[in-house]
Amino acid sequence: MAKTKLVVNEVYKIFGPRPQEAYDLIEQGKSKDEIFEETGMTVGVQDASFEVYEGEVFVVMGLSGSGKSTMVRMLNRLIEPTFGKIEIDGHDIVKMSKEELIQLRRREMAMVFQSFALMPHQTVIDNAAFGLEVAGVDRETRYERALKSLDAVGLKANAHSYPDELSGGMKQRVGLARALSNDPSIMLMDEAFSALDPLIRTEMQDELLRLQSESQRTVIFITHDLDEAMRIGDRIAVMEDGRIVQIGTPEEIVTKPADEYVSSFFKGVDVTQVFTAGDIARKQQLTVIERPGSDLNSAIQAMRGKDRDVAIVLDKHQHYEGMVSASSLAEAKNGDGKIQSAFLKDVEPVTGDMGLSDVLHQVANSAYPIPVLDGNKKYIGAISKTALLQTLDRAS
Amino acid sequence: METIKALRIPIGDWVEAIVDFILINFQPLLDAIAAAIGFVSESFENTLLWIHPLILTALLVLLSLWRVGWRFAIFAAVSLFVIMGMNLWQETVSTMALVVAASFVALILGFPVGIAMAKSDTVEAVVRPILDFMQTMPPFVYLIPAAMFFGLGKVPGTIATVIFAMPPSVRLTNLGIRQVSHENVEAGLAFGCTDRQLLMKVQLPLALPSIMAGVNQTIMLALSMVVIASMIGAGGLGNTVLTGIQRLNIGLGFEGGLGVVIVAIMLDRITQSFGHIGQGESLFRRLMRTLRGHPAAGEEKGEEHARTT
Repeated sequence: MAKTKLVVNEVYKIFGPRPQEAYDLIEQGKSKDEIFEETGMTVGVQDASFEVYEGEVFVVMGLSGSGKSTMVRMLNRLIEPTFGKIEIDGHDIVKMSKEELIQLRRREMAMVFQSFALMPHQTVIDNAAFGLEVAGVDRETRYERALKSLDAVGLKANAHSYPDELSGGMKQRVGLARALSNDPSIMLMDEAFSALDPLIRTEMQDELLRLQSESQRTVIFITHDLDEAMRIGDRIAVMEDGRIVQIGTPEEIVTKPADEYVSSFFKGVDVTQVFTAGDIARKQQLTVIERPGSDLNSAIQAMRGKDRDVAIVLDKHQHYEGMVSASSLAEAKNGDGKIQSAFLKDVEPVTGDMGLSDVLHQVANSAYPIPVLDGNKKYIGAISKTALLQTLDRAS
Repeated sequence: METIKALRIPIGDWVEAIVDFILINFQPLLDAIAAAIGFVSESFENTLLWIHPLILTALLVLLSLWRVGWRFAIFAAVSLFVIMGMNLWQETVSTMALVVAASFVALILGFPVGIAMAKSDTVEAVVRPILDFMQTMPPFVYLIPAAMFFGLGKVPGTIATVIFAMPPSVRLTNLGIRQVSHENVEAGLAFGCTDRQLLMKVQLPLALPSIMAGVNQTIMLALSMVVIASMIGAGGLGNTVLTGIQRLNIGLGFEGGLGVVIVAIMLDRITQSFGHIGQGESLFRRLMRTLRGHPAAGEEKGEEHARTT
């Protein structure tokens, strides 16, 4: 595993005049709302501990009010932590003097904001060079470096425009360039792409991933959007009411959500990550029970009668045998006359607990519905293209 | 009723006592203030009067053309000739000089107070009622202590004007800085601004439209006060109006009033134009870009277009 870059250890943020009082109540197991009721103090973050490795994209995800923005602001002490330790490369930043802190912000960390927070009175290049200007870098050097970072985000040509002449996506590229100019080892991104429309947002996510592939920085990315978190995150921390409820890779978060809250994120977000094949399988296909002695003709009859092209063949215990189509049955009738030889070869059944995203490809590329079985090979239903499209449509 | 009358609180006597006390004990300080203010207002007036009327007119018209537009420049030219035609040039220039001097002093004092208010809630809580007091007190009242401390003439007139005209610049500086978007301030801090850098590079530039609105209001209030201050001998157009009132000379009063209106419109439009920021490509931006040696965005695109086609 890579080197640890940042360690957050039992960090609390309590907004109010007597934090110790609120802390004691937290220790007693009182909830955020109860503490507010009793003392009027707001618990922003409680007992947050995590590590971020060098070069990884660490996503902090949560709904608004979950404390994620407070969390990220404590990492550069825009908000002072009430209790706890935050170490960057082994130095506790909570104990740093104001002077040390300013140096840390200038050298090690940069931040990208949701509303871009560009300086409207400065040109794009001056905005991109803002951090360097503040650090007292001479004009020639800082323009050179700012141009380089503007080039990296594809905005070199707009260097002498003003922010209000740019679109939202371009503005955030300037915000990104401003952060890159300082060549920070840690980038804090607070809902950086949330204000952009979906298409531009995806583009910016790709941009970030591309920049990451070029030079590995430690990125701490705040978002409320699961799709975004899954797309860019190496690891995800999920926050609820100021607590970190789960930390894990995107796969772990999706497959083993720690509680209701974490799994509730998946509702209405990206169904292919949430639903299993069993969830959307429907028993609308024609089923034919294969009994000893029954021949192809009864199956053909049944299909004609119901005007279907395909049928699922089951045994009398509802176990799946195979799928047949009208043409495969006709062929088999002319051949050996056995229903087994009419089974469609390119239809592979899936199990009900498979994720929808895993079967998506199969359903889309198959000419027939895909049968879904449970663990004991019992037929649950089938997923047709129509059913799949309806499910995806409902989600969006 | 009798008891209430017997209960009379002698606030007026106290104020008189304080004024007397200041007069007796702080004479050197008062003299120093008078000398400083007198120097500022006299140098403004002397400089403006020293310039030939036609040259000053040309300068003002050019300024109008640059800041506002050609229509306003024509208006400025016509109005200034009207003033010359009314034989009120000297009074008008004197009034302008007094307004500019008083506003200058008011702003020099007002900005730091406004900044301090924005930085500290305590300062704001203390200063706000004082500003309310300064603004709601009828302006005539300032004339009495001003005249007592500094005698009659331009200096007490300027001082009374400074007191009356200062509040908007303090208020709007405070408001402007407080209204700077939270994320912009955070961006400044996150990139390692010191307090001073934050003020100079983020807060003041972003508060500029609001601050300029305060400057504009201060100048407008100064103009109205300068007219009133003619009662203690501040001179200028106010004097013409005052003479018109005293002699019940409608013509003279109207001429003086018209002069004030013209000065007001010119000062208002020109100072307002400095507060417009972020509305497309302003002349200021174009100028800055030219100075830096980069063509304007539009021109650049045009060139590229020409090359590609």
